[in-house]
Amino acid sequence: MKKYETPLLDELEKGPFPSFVKEIKKAAAKNEMANDELGQLEYSFKTKRGYWKHGGIVGVLGYGGGVIGRYSDLPHMFPNVEFFHTVRVNQPSGWFYTTEVLRELADICDKYGSGIMNMHGSTGDLVFLGTTTENLELIFAELTSKEKPAHLRFDLGGSGSAMRTPSCCVGQARCEWANYDTMEACHQITQEFQDELHRPAFNYKFKFKFAGCACDCCASIARSDCSVIGTWKGPILIDQDAVKWHEKKGMDISREIVKMCPTECISYDGKELKINNDECNRCMHCISKMHHALKPSGERGATICIGNKAPIVIGTIISHVIIPFMKMEPPFTEFKELARKMWDWWDENSHPRERIGEVIEFKGMRSFLEAIGVEPIPQMIKEPRRDPFFFFTEGDIERFKKREEEEKKTGKFIF
Amino acid sequence: MGFYGDRKLTAEEAKRLRETDIGPPHYSNFLHPVIKKNYGKWKEHEILSPGVMVHTAESGDKIWSVRVQTCRLIATDTVREVCDIVDKYCGGYVRWTSRNNIEFLVSDEKNLEPLQKELKEKGYMIGGMGPRISNMVHTQGWVHCHGAATDASGIVKAVMDEVADYITTKELPAKLRLALACCPNMCGAVHCSDIAVVAIHTKVPPVDHDRLGKICEIPTVIASCPTKAISPDPAKKSVKIKDERCMYCGNCFTVCPAIDIKDPYRDGLAIVIGGKVNCLRTPTKFSRLVIPYISNEPPRWPKVVAAVKHIIELYAKNARKHERLGEWIDRIGWERFFKLSGIEFTYQAIDDFTFMRETLRNQSTFKW
Repeated sequence: MKKYETPLLDELEKGPFPSFVKEIKKAAAKNEMANDELGQLEYSFKTKRGYWKHGGIVGVLGYGGGVIGRYSDLPHMFPNVEFFHTVRVNQPSGWFYTTEVLRELADICDKYGSGIMNMHGSTGDLVFLGTTTENLELIFAELTSKEKPAHLRFDLGGSGSAMRTPSCCVGQARCEWANYDTMEACHQITQEFQDELHRPAFNYKFKFKFAGCACDCCASIARSDCSVIGTWKGPILIDQDAVKWHEKKGMDISREIVKMCPTECISYDGKELKINNDECNRCMHCISKMHHALKPSGERGATICIGNKAPIVIGTIISHVIIPFMKMEPPFTEFKELARKMWDWWDENSHPRERIGEVIEFKGMRSFLEAIGVEPIPQMIKEPRRDPFFFFTEGDIERFKKREEEEKKTGKFIF
Repeated sequence: MGFYGDRKLTAEEAKRLRETDIGPPHYSNFLHPVIKKNYGKWKEHEILSPGVMVHTAESGDKIWSVRVQTCRLIATDTVREVCDIVDKYCGGYVRWTSRNNIEFLVSDEKNLEPLQKELKEKGYMIGGMGPRISNMVHTQGWVHCHGAATDASGIVKAVMDEVADYITTKELPAKLRLALACCPNMCGAVHCSDIAVVAIHTKVPPVDHDRLGKICEIPTVIASCPTKAISPDPAKKSVKIKDERCMYCGNCFTVCPAIDIKDPYRDGLAIVIGGKVNCLRTPTKFSRLVIPYISNEPPRWPKVVAAVKHIIELYAKNARKHERLGEWIDRIGWERFFKLSGIEFTYQAIDDFTFMRETLRNQSTFKW
């Protein structure tokens, strides 16, 4: 195997944080692909330029995604990364693994690929970094093999203009704040939409993320077209003894809790903590700081938000609230129907490479809400519009006129 | 050893054994018995040290999680080393977090100390819980991306080395989330981070007219431009770019490699700060531009590292308890932040696109 001098990368083996250079070298010690990856990366560091070509169309039979074609621009210098495709493997919900299954995946990555993985990619997949075109079918067969027990069988994740691999926070598996079963929701939605995941038929990508509460540990609001964020309807339950415990531990309840409540709905007189639950907006600040004393109660569900995307092309968007409260219980029928309705509208109204959030801006929220069958309510907005330019349908005017006729009969205005 | 061991499947076998659309295995196959038993019935948790927390179930059962930082990119042999440790102390059960950390799940308290000892001996970095810095979310960079304007893992490593104390020991006013995107495409969705580094281009890209007509779809290239800077150039069977309209986003390059946006001398790094994802206290916030340009300086990007550290230290010194970086700045005002930080205020920091009406000031009430 060719030995590359890597004086620049060697600088990144120093220091306390885990070193990716050490990881690449570990793989490179026994893998020609990883070795040429190391060589090319050093060359990039030297010349301050990347040397990967635009993706080509590669994949496995029957799928339109899950593999990202990657080719070196410098195959004469680094022949073993001439083909260096990414394989996205759909992770289990919550990124839980047994060592048995990790060893299985590591072996497949070694046998057919570079021996380098990403745990995990930005969307959530477990990634095999680098393999050849001819090995793709073998990797796929070994991942999905009918001979293997069900728990060892993995499928590919999404790529391109498709539903991307959904992901979620740890949810009810290990968190007392999860307002719905995020891991089951993530799993069932992934299974329900296998066709949409593997065969890109949309105009652009579409991501789901499932977070159990407003803490949003999977960044759903900032990283998914459809953000499903757990919430509740009942009062916050208070354990007054535990309030005292927090105070004894050094918490300044007045400063840290009462004054930091965004709706000013908490009071504390040194003896008893009180919450005006009607005015609480369920932001999770007090609950997350006084975690022994406070917890949500009552009906549980999720707020559904739509439209997030990164800045390209028209600037970054954070998802907008469209359904303030939806029950999220298996088999998630209402949610699945909503997804289909959203996609139908998106499909009918978009051009290639337009995310759903962009299309909502072009076409207007009304068009979208009508398509998914949702009536407007004030929970959807921060504030109403500020200009006097808005659309009316004939039906709108008819409705206003009709109501005024009613008013004249009864002598009572209805606004 | 995996199901097929060292043996590679033959093409024939692959055809026979493959199955499409099976989806991921159900997570219940991989849950620690204590987690499985108490699923949905957790009562409370406590952070015991910077990298250890315990969750208590209504049943009284406890599960300890020991969090270890990773650089995301991981060699298969490291995965196996992690597996050996997990088998020894965690009954074979482990998970990864949304920020690419490993959580070792321990149900027997006796294993807690020996596990941490072994992790430390093997060089693992334990920490990242509570009001501290956790792993820096990042993109692929030169390791594997065709569009990267800089490396990603390299800058992350250099920054994280410098702030290591805030991962393993020292506390901040609240948690601090770092991120890096290696081009404005932002696969890392860094736009809601406390501090993020974004690689940027700074120059109108040259068009390779000979290649463009052959390898790119002209209508797609024109449509890709958010500022309508690209128009057809029929004579050359290519496109032309109006210089004064281009703001170097690189979206044209994403759809057409004949427009080569990458420029080793001019590509650089911008620093954006004050974003957050969660809605605790205040709504989700976008990160805002404070430093528009730092040259791309591998292998350790000293100026980027210094800038991030400077902002963190300023925040640590001045913010109130539980205040995220962006909440602190909202309270004191951006004009105060620029004064305190000594960071030069530039034209680049003023919005000049459709968002300017949201971000310019409309009052005479500000601080000096």
